[in-house]
Amino acid sequence: MEPIVLRYTVDGDNFVSAGEASTDMKRSLKRLGADAELIRRAAICMYEGEINMVIHGGGGEAVVTFDGSALDILLVDHGKGIPNIEDAMREGFSTATQEVRDIGFGAGMGLPNMKRYADELILESEVGVGTTVKMRLVG
Amino acid sequence: MKLSMVRDILGASVLAGETMLESEIKSACGSDLMSDVLAFVKEQGVLLTGLCNPQVVRTAEMMDIICVVFVRGKTPDERIIALARESGIAVMACPLTLYEACGRLYSAGLGRA
Repeated sequence: MEPIVLRYTVDGDNFVSAGEASTDMKRSLKRLGADAELIRRAAICMYEGEINMVIHGGGGEAVVTFDGSALDILLVDHGKGIPNIEDAMREGFSTATQEVRDIGFGAGMGLPNMKRYADELILESEVGVGTTVKMRLVG
Repeated sequence: MKLSMVRDILGASVLAGETMLESEIKSACGSDLMSDVLAFVKEQGVLLTGLCNPQVVRTAEMMDIICVVFVRGKTPDERIIALARESGIAVMACPLTLYEACGRLYSAGLGRA
């Protein structure tokens, strides 16, 4: 099939709307008849990524491309960046504030969860410039 | 187990999804950490939590959970209930602790092999 491209702007100042892009992506993939397990994994990856963008990245852009079997998620923010990617990938490592912990996140599981459910995860970050996350999931 | 039975066992009030009470669920999970729900939950029908914010409903939708039960007397605000209605998720609230609410449902056979 012709690849479907979904584009979202993630508001960095709004904990309430965090997850709107993930919700829309999930509903769109369902409508397109994507594999249920692929949808589940994609929803987890996108939602954790979106929360990260709100918590750490000051918002940003998300682009999801689906060709009928493979799904690519690109998340770009222009936030403070990650000083040590190895630390950030370690389960339990977190720099989140109490406010973030109060909404049920910030326990240092975002990136490890994304790695767990994506087939491929590439993380590029520069302090003071921002972070780019690329995930590929194959149905 | 039907959602109506979940309501009765927990002595819960139904705040959204009144028409879903005949829906059948096979298991449940209890957590205040949404990342744990995303990491470890699979094919769960009900999420019990003491956390009370819109991200609980969003997490439930991501995981195909059809009912959220707020425990410890937490009362979700209109914004949370409206989001749940839009997402097709039932919402209940009960005064029990997370431990007791999970224990009651488990004792009644929910999620037991």
